[in-house]
Amino acid sequence: MDMPGTAAPDVADDAIMDAEERAHARRQSIDRTARWLMPLLTIAFGIWIWDRIVVWNEIAPYILPGPLKVAETLMADAALLWADLRQTMSITLLALFVAVVGGVGLAVLFTQSRLIEQSLSPYAVILQVTPVIAIAPLIRIYVGSPTIQLLLCAWIVAFFPILSNTTLGLNSVDHNLRDLFKIYGASRWQRLRYLQLPAALPYFMGGLRIAGGLALIGAVVAEFVIGVGGAGNGLAARILESGYRLNIPRLYAALIVIAAAGVAIYVVTGWLSHMALRKWHESAVKREA
Amino acid sequence: MAEKGALPPVLTLHHVDKTFGSGRGVTPVRALNDFSLSVRQGDFLSLLGPSGCGKSTALRIVANLMRPTSGRIVWGDPAAPSASRHSKPSTGDLGVVFQEPTLMPWATVEDNVYLPFRLSGESNGEVRDRIHEMLDLVGLAGFEDAYPRELSGGMKMRVSIARAMVTKPKLILMDEPFAALDEITRFKLNNDLLAMQARIGCTVLFVTHSVFESVFLSNRIVVMAARPGRQIAEIAVDEPYPRGEAFRTTPEYAALCRQASDALHRAIDQRAAA
Repeated sequence: MDMPGTAAPDVADDAIMDAEERAHARRQSIDRTARWLMPLLTIAFGIWIWDRIVVWNEIAPYILPGPLKVAETLMADAALLWADLRQTMSITLLALFVAVVGGVGLAVLFTQSRLIEQSLSPYAVILQVTPVIAIAPLIRIYVGSPTIQLLLCAWIVAFFPILSNTTLGLNSVDHNLRDLFKIYGASRWQRLRYLQLPAALPYFMGGLRIAGGLALIGAVVAEFVIGVGGAGNGLAARILESGYRLNIPRLYAALIVIAAAGVAIYVVTGWLSHMALRKWHESAVKREA
Repeated sequence: MAEKGALPPVLTLHHVDKTFGSGRGVTPVRALNDFSLSVRQGDFLSLLGPSGCGKSTALRIVANLMRPTSGRIVWGDPAAPSASRHSKPSTGDLGVVFQEPTLMPWATVEDNVYLPFRLSGESNGEVRDRIHEMLDLVGLAGFEDAYPRELSGGMKMRVSIARAMVTKPKLILMDEPFAALDEITRFKLNNDLLAMQARIGCTVLFVTHSVFESVFLSNRIVVMAARPGRQIAEIAVDEPYPRGEAFRTTPEYAALCRQASDALHRAIDQRAAA
């Protein structure tokens, strides 16, 4: 007679757990859907408002083209815009690459020698705080190759976040681990390779995400100041040119391509960061709710 | 215990002083005052004292992470030829366990235990078996590929102990390794640590502020007082190993705890009077 008495609460417990689990699963699936559905809906709503404003106010396409008109232009000018995108992106990515190599290299140098850090960091800071748009005309005068001019402008803005974040990361090593390496007689190189670089990785990844966006901004600013007539096309140069010609639909199309490129850079750097840190870093580790 | 006494010292500290903040305008703090200690091979020696008594400073000086203001440190048997004695530990002489597990979060359990070998240039293949044997001994077989964040506090500490023991060093330094763990985990690790020490046959210098822990683990307890940090008593725990859970309920254990506790209170009172 004891058996049913003890079994009954168990069954009841199971039933409660199941109900709770079902509710939990439902919440999770709603959450998953909402994650991509909500941004999509708000963007669709924004485009619809844009369209209505143009239609209701009968705004001329050379002042504000409707979304449909812009989409048409995007299709019609696809080849032109694609060439522009390639130009702008090649400058952006090359600048980002040089910023990563230079930023990490200099950060490593800084942690190896206090003297080097003290002598060089003022230059790094000056480079960072001076607006690139103010230096660009000078770069145009002093540097011969237009490609190098653009690259230099984009590099100047992308370089600093990599340098400062990586330096911070290399210096953020747990002091006990540092002592441990010392006790085991680790060489300078071993300490860098097995302790400081892995510890700096999350910081570097944060810097890379910022620098990716900044490199694009730097490339666009450089094209505005230097681009037209120099390197020829490029998305920002296309925007300027379209503005002069009152080809506003093409201007909007180019703008959309720039925004898409920025989003793509953000997504890719985010994905890289996730892949590099997913095994161990809190920022990338999924927690069960 | 008689045989143990006959074993040669691994490490001897002669009249070590350490003063912090001797600069202008700073009141110097005497962290260690005329501190002498001889750790014999096979010892499980505990430094027991209130915080600020210089026990961690002593450990840092032994680990060569800090220089004494004055005094001498001798590694090796003082009776042996001078060529075999050193003032600093050589690589491989020391294993260390800190208060925190101090694991590399980006490395697996196996890679964390492999660290001392990696730094001395030994390839993973050569020492793989030793690492696995060690992980087996600390009860972490099957966790080789886990990352530290996936482990509990007690398991992380086991990895840390495995890393310290895996090279079979002459001396293992432990700086309040179990202070941050809960009582149940702590007792379990105390028992297991003794079993591990018996298996590896290593010498341990253990810093703690727990009377019970020091009596359970050690064959010698050095009680220290603070300001200035100094030795005020040495208690010999002549109870045979292996000591199991049953040792905690023996009258000898209770008497030794009382003795150590009294000495510790003397240490605290002296500081209050000073």
